[in-house]
Amino acid sequence: MPTIVVEVMPKAELLDPQGKAVAGALHRLGKSEFTAVRIGKRFELTVDGPVSDDLLADVRALAENLLSNTVIEDVISVHMLDIETIPAGGTH
Amino acid sequence: MRIGVITFPGSLDDRDAQRAIRIAGAKPVALWHGEHDLMGVDAIVLPGGFSYGDYLRCGAIAARSPIMSEVIDAAHSGMPVLGICNGFQILVEAHLLPGGLVRNDHGDFICRDQRLRVESTSTAWTNGFELGHEIIVPLKNGEGGFIADRDTLNRLEDNDQVVFRYLGVNPNGSAHDIAGIANEAGNVVGLMPHPEHAAEEGFGPDTPVAMRSGTDGLIVFTSAIAALQTI
Repeated sequence: MPTIVVEVMPKAELLDPQGKAVAGALHRLGKSEFTAVRIGKRFELTVDGPVSDDLLADVRALAENLLSNTVIEDVISVHMLDIETIPAGGTH
Repeated sequence: MRIGVITFPGSLDDRDAQRAIRIAGAKPVALWHGEHDLMGVDAIVLPGGFSYGDYLRCGAIAARSPIMSEVIDAAHSGMPVLGICNGFQILVEAHLLPGGLVRNDHGDFICRDQRLRVESTSTAWTNGFELGHEIIVPLKNGEGGFIADRDTLNRLEDNDQVVFRYLGVNPNGSAHDIAGIANEAGNVVGLMPHPEHAAEEGFGPDTPVAMRSGTDGLIVFTSAIAALQTI
């Protein structure tokens, strides 16, 4: 079944304490090449039937109005899952 | 005088809010998030807790629950509405108050008796305080950092919409030490600290006078009763 992916990130200018904690863990593991970590959200919306342009427009609106709070987050991407096939182990 | 307290799945402090309302002299009315009925109440409290397990964002799902359409209409028509902690988060998610609340800057949950300064007495929930009154109210949150863009912060400051400010310690990294705000009309107030936990001697925060003797929070509820009596 078709799946629509919505990706949301905390606004760049806001402190991301969760990401900061992970960055601290990486540093303690000796992975000092990573200078920062930010953590966002990925939603996968499964659709029963074809995805029309209207439906995609609906999802874009929902991404702004429900799935994210634009005061504190940005919608990074709204896209179909099948156009995003990254081969396992492949470079990106 | 009837003041409704809405219970959402995951609300924790609804019973405490009801008790504070009763001590203040009004009749608490239990309201359920899944109804479209405010039961004829004169004011509304959105209590603290972890509605919907804080899933998605704190308060985000509760802000879209059935009863909130009636709450939003009532708020726009001037009914006093108070959001405490998670209730504050619900009010910003429902766009009844500006700004947002994010994870505490230090990353930890914090629970402490917090000193606050009352910065506005022109709201439905603070008219019984003296301006500049320093009070002690318990605070307990993980995502209580108030943020807003510069224009919104300036507007809040200029329009007398900053209602409570943290004193001594800023416990969560809130912009401008903001602990609570009001809408432009002053009938909707949200704050992170818990006035309902400072409403009865023996169960309140410690004060210089005696342990657990603090009742500063009660004035929030008596203020609303006074505001309703003048209408």
